[in-house]
Amino acid sequence: METLTEKSASAKKSSDPNPSTQKRRNRIWDSMKQQKYLYLMSLPFVVWVFVFNYLPLWGWTMAFQNYKPARSFGDQEWVGFKHFVELFSDDRFYLVLRNTLAMSLMGLVIGFIVPIFFAILLNEMRGMFFKRAVQTVSYLPHFVSWVVVAGIITKMLSTDGGIINDILVNLNIIDQPIQFMAKGNLFWYIVTASDMWKETGWNAIIYLAAITGIDQELYEASRVDGANRWRQMWHITLPGIRTTISVLFIMSIGHLISIGFEKQFLLGNSLVTDYSEVLDLYALNYGLNMGRFSYGTAIGIFNSVVSIILLFTANGLFKKFTKESIM
Amino acid sequence: MANKAFNATRGDKVFDIFNILAMTLVLIVTLYPFLNVLAISLNNSTDTVRGGIYLWPREFTLQNYKTIFQYEGLLQGLQVSILRTIVGTLLGLISSSMIAFTLSRPDFKLRKFVSTALALTMYFSGGLIPVYILMRDLNLIGTFWVYVLPGMISAFNVFIIRSFIDGLPYALQESAKLDGANDFKIYYKIILPLCKPVLATIALFLAVGQWNAWFDTYLYNGSKAHLTTLQYELMKVLQSTQQGSGAGRNANDMAQQMTQISPESIKMAITIVVTVPILIVYPFLQKYFVGGMTLGAVKA
Repeated sequence: METLTEKSASAKKSSDPNPSTQKRRNRIWDSMKQQKYLYLMSLPFVVWVFVFNYLPLWGWTMAFQNYKPARSFGDQEWVGFKHFVELFSDDRFYLVLRNTLAMSLMGLVIGFIVPIFFAILLNEMRGMFFKRAVQTVSYLPHFVSWVVVAGIITKMLSTDGGIINDILVNLNIIDQPIQFMAKGNLFWYIVTASDMWKETGWNAIIYLAAITGIDQELYEASRVDGANRWRQMWHITLPGIRTTISVLFIMSIGHLISIGFEKQFLLGNSLVTDYSEVLDLYALNYGLNMGRFSYGTAIGIFNSVVSIILLFTANGLFKKFTKESIM
Repeated sequence: MANKAFNATRGDKVFDIFNILAMTLVLIVTLYPFLNVLAISLNNSTDTVRGGIYLWPREFTLQNYKTIFQYEGLLQGLQVSILRTIVGTLLGLISSSMIAFTLSRPDFKLRKFVSTALALTMYFSGGLIPVYILMRDLNLIGTFWVYVLPGMISAFNVFIIRSFIDGLPYALQESAKLDGANDFKIYYKIILPLCKPVLATIALFLAVGQWNAWFDTYLYNGSKAHLTTLQYELMKVLQSTQQGSGAGRNANDMAQQMTQISPESIKMAITIVVTVPILIVYPFLQKYFVGGMTLGAVKA
């Protein structure tokens, strides 16, 4: 570090007596020449990031036009907020928004609490081999695609040979197998449970790592004071991972509304569409598949704006109450 | 574990029993579906219809696997999936590590600008339709490149690699510089070899992401038979029976043919084919990704 800073410091010194713009330009040029490989290694990718991440933002203009694919940008007809007005007066939109919020909130609560408890319980396991086995197996579903998971869930819940129905019938809890996948009012729970099955083990990794970082002496001191395992978990382990919990909570709130649509697309069917359609699917069905590009873009913008508001609100609240923040 | 030295109280014993039961339940709930799918895929497909297959096939056969590998769509899909996994992973590794290296250099002039430009991408995206229009304007629709170019650089991956490089002693770069190595040489000869653990993590993330992707195929290349991926073919097969009418585009495509022949066992056999590569790879990389996940969560 020192050599490099010294070098740049001496370069600065030599041009200092006469800080003309000419010298300044030379200095920039010199440092660029000196760092040419760093520029070569980053500039192409900066361009790449710009094209694939920032250029689509230009497409947001579509929401304020009657976008026609065949026309150039200058020839598009500008319509102001027409598509947004149309969106906010569509009953379907509120249904879709309800589904999005319901499934995100359920996912947030379950996807947040369950991994914490799983990590704490797993950490308390005494048998090292069994602990490793549970941990390894619990990550497994994370690596499998949603296509496979949706297939598995459908199979497990099916009326012919699905284990869930078999168990419920054999225990005499129900007398007729339930058509789980055809019941709209069960759809949110099925999605949330599938998500839990797939991601709990994976999400617990971070908490497990945080627990490992807790000072062991705290546990020993509390044991001397007569605290049992439950109390240790409550008074030492949970507070010990509080920072991790806060950060992950804020991050998950930021993604609250952009829950994606993979699960809903793959698990849903025409019978449950009133409960399965989320904002992104709505944009896909009503925007892209029907060729209403402008309308679909308006949905996307709404989605992004709400995400950002949620992120900043959550971050602000956390700053206020816990003095921790991610930004 | 540290509790061993102390005498366990009764409450502790109750807790241990409860904990072992809970963890056993987790183990069963996670593993059973996979074993069930495997058992069904190995069972005679006409016999499967009778139901009642749980952990073991009743009439063992490999016929289902023979059947699915006779379909060109599946072999084609397998090739495309393997290719996109390899190309996508390599491109992602090279690009992410190069940017991460330049961002780790305190003297690099563009450091701040590039970091900010990258970090912002984690909080917004253009959305489905603007991205679709961009792909169309770049003429990427209907090509293989639409699978590997758009997702090549993810800010998350770059920042994970950068925090790893930040942890390496800077003196290594200094001494190489004194020996006359240029920055590219330092990246190639010193940084890359030292970054093996973090690169293994990122490689796993990228490879799993590529292997599991299906929506880009659906959106951009669904009608291009030579570019469809394995996940997409599986999606079609699974969706077509689930919804009766089917997601298949015409009566002759693979999804329709397969579901007409023998639904359940065939479906499960394809599921296994799609899943097995992941199951083979991931235990080897487990020690790396646990470290990588933790690093990313703390620093990103």
